[in-house]
Amino acid sequence: MQVIVNGRPQELPEGASVAEVVATVTTAASGVAAAVNDEVVRRGAWTTTTLRDADRLEVLTAVQGG
Amino acid sequence: MAHNDQDRQDDRLVIAGRDFGSRLIMGTGGAPSMRVLQEALTASGTELTTVAMRRVDPAARGSVLEVLEACGIAVLPNTAGCFTAGEAVLTAKLAREALGTDWVKLEVIADEHTLLPDPIELVEAAEQLVDDGFTVLPYTNDDPVLARRLEQIGCAAVMPLGSPIGSGLGIRNPHNIELIVERAGVPVILDAGLGTASDAALAMELGCDAVLLATAVTRAQSPARMAAAMRHAVEAGRLARLAGRIPKRRYAQASSPWEGVSTG
Repeated sequence: MQVIVNGRPQELPEGASVAEVVATVTTAASGVAAAVNDEVVRRGAWTTTTLRDADRLEVLTAVQGG
Repeated sequence: MAHNDQDRQDDRLVIAGRDFGSRLIMGTGGAPSMRVLQEALTASGTELTTVAMRRVDPAARGSVLEVLEACGIAVLPNTAGCFTAGEAVLTAKLAREALGTDWVKLEVIADEHTLLPDPIELVEAAEQLVDDGFTVLPYTNDDPVLARRLEQIGCAAVMPLGSPIGSGLGIRNPHNIELIVERAGVPVILDAGLGTASDAALAMELGCDAVLLATAVTRAQSPARMAAAMRHAVEAGRLARLAGRIPKRRYAQASSPWEGVSTG
């Protein structure tokens, strides 16, 4: 299946979880949040939330700004 | 203890029940390195500092969160870069999840050229976030009517701009800022456009409760020195406001007595 991760299409195995995909982007233990299709997925639910084809996953953190 | 030292200790900024010893809120954008940023934040004396939320960059080195933690400064996430209420609300929710704070500097801009707030989207986003339990600090135009609407919605402060973000043009409509201050029941924080220390002092003399700035410090030739200047300017402006300035007069008023002048 194909999932859009931070704007880039990625081929992922069926049933990949949010936690697995976030781990490919960052190893930070805190300060990171994820949303699937514009809905926040709480960190505690990352391992149990599986992605589906054409999902959009956003993984954000704090940077300099404002 | 001198009067001004006592004033400084008693006169604390309170936003949504949380109190701060410093009336200077800093931003972190524009600093050339984390080291320069840390020096500037320390020199500013700030206790609350903004960050932006962006997609994780796997190649990024050093984290602004580590700098804030090392300095013991509370983090205030913003929604910079959002053009619609929907984008801003989602960004605020992601910031709450990532940073563990329900405080947000709400920023909904109309276009990339002016970076001016879009008032329609701003009010819509503020309503949704207040309903969702956020402590909302909206970046707004210097419009007294809009500021009042934002307060009525339940925003914890209003943050009118002095001039466009990063412009260094200072406070272009001091009269409107005074009107906002006179009518506000929540703290007024002058946010955006300040260029140098006198701009920050003016904001406080006009009655603002605090100042939020980034570029004026982070892009100064010596950021730490400008940060110290801003710290002193905010304190000076606040003291002057509390002291009550003299009225302006058309003609001179002698400060030495006329009685006993020997040339009469």
